[in-house]
Amino acid sequence: MTVRFAPVFFLLGAILMLGAGPAWAVEPDERLADAVLEARARVLSKDIRCLVCQNQSIDDSSASLARDLRLLLRERLVEGDSDEQIFDFLVARYGDFILLKPPMKASTYALWFGPPAIFVLALIALIFFFRRRPAPESAIPAPLDGDERARLAALLDDDPQSTPAPPTRTANHKGERP
Amino acid sequence: MIAEIGHFSLILALVVALVQAIVPLVGAHRGDGAWMATAAPTALVQLLLIATSFGCLMYAFVTSDFTVMNVAQNSNTLQPMLYKVSSTWGNHEGSMVLWVLILAVFGAMVAAFGGNLPPSLKARVLSVQAMIGVGFLLFILLTSNPFERVVPPPLDGRDLNPLLQDPGLAFHPPMLYIGYVGFSMAFSFAIAALIEGKVDAAWARWVRPWTLVAWSFLTAGISLGAWWAYYELGWGGWWYWDPVENASFMPWLVGTALLHSSIIVEKRDALKTWTILLAILTFSLSLIGTFLVRSGVLTSVHAFATDPERGVFILLLLVIAIGGSLALYAWRAPILKGGGLFAPISREGALVLNNLLLTTAAATVFIGTLYPLFLEAVGGGKVSVGPPFFNATFVPLMIPLIIALGVGPMLGWKRGDLKGALSRLKFAFIATIVITFIAAYISWGRSVFGVLGLSLAGWLATAVILEFASRIGLGRAGSGDVLRRMAGLPRGAWGMTLAHLGFAITVAGASGASLWQDEVIQLLRPGETLSVVDYDFTLRSVDSVKGPNYTAQRATFTVRQNGEVITTLAPERRRYIVQGTETTEAALYTQWYADIYVVIGQSDGNGAWTVRLYFKPLVPWLWAGSLLMVFGGFVSLSDRRLRIGAPSKRLAAPEAKAPTAQPAE
Amino acid sequence: MPRILFLAPLALFAIVAAYLAVGLTRDARILPSALIDKPAPQFDLKALKDGDPGFSTADLKGDVILVNIFASWCVPCRAEHPLLMRLAQDKTIKIYGLNWKDRKKDAIAWLNELGDPYDLIGHDLSGRAGIEWGVYGVPETYLIDRDGRIRYKKVGPMVEETLTNEILPLIQELTQ
Repeated sequence: MTVRFAPVFFLLGAILMLGAGPAWAVEPDERLADAVLEARARVLSKDIRCLVCQNQSIDDSSASLARDLRLLLRERLVEGDSDEQIFDFLVARYGDFILLKPPMKASTYALWFGPPAIFVLALIALIFFFRRRPAPESAIPAPLDGDERARLAALLDDDPQSTPAPPTRTANHKGERP
Repeated sequence: MIAEIGHFSLILALVVALVQAIVPLVGAHRGDGAWMATAAPTALVQLLLIATSFGCLMYAFVTSDFTVMNVAQNSNTLQPMLYKVSSTWGNHEGSMVLWVLILAVFGAMVAAFGGNLPPSLKARVLSVQAMIGVGFLLFILLTSNPFERVVPPPLDGRDLNPLLQDPGLAFHPPMLYIGYVGFSMAFSFAIAALIEGKVDAAWARWVRPWTLVAWSFLTAGISLGAWWAYYELGWGGWWYWDPVENASFMPWLVGTALLHSSIIVEKRDALKTWTILLAILTFSLSLIGTFLVRSGVLTSVHAFATDPERGVFILLLLVIAIGGSLALYAWRAPILKGGGLFAPISREGALVLNNLLLTTAAATVFIGTLYPLFLEAVGGGKVSVGPPFFNATFVPLMIPLIIALGVGPMLGWKRGDLKGALSRLKFAFIATIVITFIAAYISWGRSVFGVLGLSLAGWLATAVILEFASRIGLGRAGSGDVLRRMAGLPRGAWGMTLAHLGFAITVAGASGASLWQDEVIQLLRPGETLSVVDYDFTLRSVDSVKGPNYTAQRATFTVRQNGEVITTLAPERRRYIVQGTETTEAALYTQWYADIYVVIGQSDGNGAWTVRLYFKPLVPWLWAGSLLMVFGGFVSLSDRRLRIGAPSKRLAAPEAKAPTAQPAE
Repeated sequence: MPRILFLAPLALFAIVAAYLAVGLTRDARILPSALIDKPAPQFDLKALKDGDPGFSTADLKGDVILVNIFASWCVPCRAEHPLLMRLAQDKTIKIYGLNWKDRKKDAIAWLNELGDPYDLIGHDLSGRAGIEWGVYGVPETYLIDRDGRIRYKKVGPMVEETLTNEILPLIQELTQ
């Protein structure tokens, strides 16, 4: 097995080599004197992926490439680059992969709009669920007023048998037996 | 010899599992009692065999038997005993044996204590459990044999990954697996119910305790993992939305939904097909998590050594288990009809909303985790989906969840009185507003999310307390009466209150760090002092120390708060001898409202050291809150209603006219 | 509820399973270069050995060139080195080296020990030129066409198969 996967181990070796660099996340000597720029650098570097660590931001990583990128980022901030320009610079060299926040574009629409779409679909399903099984007023006894209910709940301790089943339930149930 | 016994036991366990999978199922189909009765003894024998095998493996680790390849690769004679033991499951092969061991324990518990289950249901449940067992035993035996020998044996082993040599992480995998595998019980019950074509309140009661056990352990396992990341990785982060973290979080989200929807099945006989689907999905996500971690399809900081061949095997297992169960679902679920009626504004309605939000949240995590894979598969290039994505999509779903969670328990079953509930929550509104102002004042201009999180946590905590107070009649009845009511409150109600309160505290803890965390990173010489917030850290010395299997630089700090010495902290940087890797051991001091957190870095060569000092407000609440959630789960579990054996007594009792509680069989 | 809805979970899972299967056939660690078919990046490096000419973007015009990023501390670099030596002896292609984040002394000693296949070597101590190239792990190997565009990138050590199946055919195609 060891022999068959040799290339993988070599690659892993290459990656580990970089990880063994001397730095430990942000080092004192990297930081900018300008507190505002430094704060911006920290925020930005949390959104940039450390490429050799597989899944860490350069802000958290001790890899030497991460350190190089942190230094580069700060240099560009000092030169007056905007956040946008810095991200563009990195993407041009490393691709979208370097951004921990995926850019909004055609290939990521499904990613960004998927979750809200699911949420909306689920809401629609919920509305259908309640519309299709209208709860007739007669089937559900009117609620007790707040005080009554509280007292009842306290007395009954929320026992499952405390709420008698409405008559419709039993009828439904009959039809359920296979 | 011992290793061979272990290997042989696994093979025997496979044979027994095959019998357990087939015979009881056929028996249940034919109505043959004798055939069905084979389920329980085979489940017990299977446990015995797998426990033997696991014991043999552990023996090999404890005695440092380096003729076993797995031991040689993952252990070392210098390791302390705790880590020799935990090395047993600190690797792919061993962790899979632990996995099937836990599966067998659950099966054996059904066999031993499931006397009140209808024989056909019990036979089918155990048969499904055994099918899962067959799949994973085959996987171990064919692709991941932990007992393989190595010739010639090395003089010493390659050591357990140093990052895993930590008490927190020694127990993290077993907890997590009890959670993952525990959900197999809900799954087996769901499959058995689909085969029988019947889901009723009794079924829900049998399923609920297993789900609760699994959920509680999974909660504990995830928190333990987060806690470990917090103090071991050296920058105080505790959640990174890493694929492996997400793999454990998805079953948790859906499992939480299952826990709540099964309440509706139990009390109101509604939402049956949905609950069955959740039971299948929860375990399916556990299986997918296993796949993601071990196949190497995703990149992660803490993946196992991966091997595509194993990936193919697990994928095959996934297709059979998940595909098969969902096909059965599509075929049989439509016959499960009916259910109690309820209005949108009701306890049921609130639980449905809970389910909707939790499953949407799980879907969001799923999409985010697998999107890089999807995109690459269609040739769309490579993207990273990191924390910013999840913060933007997942967190907004938690806002309505928490708001509704405050109101839900106040609503009545079937049709609730929203106005009444809200009016009883007056005090919660006031408290929320006050907390929001305080948080905004303290953290002005820092983090909107943090303020929002704290006010939500404040809302939930006060709402939970108000709900509890109204249950026990606080303010309405005399103190003796209140105490009597408290004592009489069912454990399930206590469990709910505790777990919800724990959740509120966890939310507060998660928000705290983003609110007003402070950090100082600086070079420091022994004798010098640094200040963070109102703490003064004096570096006394940096010494070289020697551990059992590592050497370390240990810094000693004296910490003063407002001039008074409060503690001494000793963070370390360790270099593990065998693997040559370095780890940071942060030193922490916990006060009720914050952690102070110290890490020692490199020397600059001239007598100064890089130190990182953090003030982390409310982070201890994360752990306290999680612990409270777990505790709430166990308190709930101890409820008389859920106690094994209770359902049958209930059902026999004449007054038990619960909706569908006809005596099963 | 319409029966068909109960099939939805199964259908969704089928899609997910298909993607997972495709995912298994790929190595998630390999990162495609963002620079493929783009002009070689701007950089200007001093030579590794004092007195030799430096290595800059201008050197990448007019010929098909293999650029190899290497370092003496990189174990896999040692593994692929004999292949580079063979390419150099056969005079198949011009080989330019970029010595990445390495001390001069170490790199020269390394080349003295293993042989020097490079026609030009730039010394990139800071790693800044490496970033321009999008380097994230050594060794990396690039093929540059006559117009100075990057046509191929290999991360990790070259092995016999990569050479015969990917690199040599492409060299042939580019030189025609």
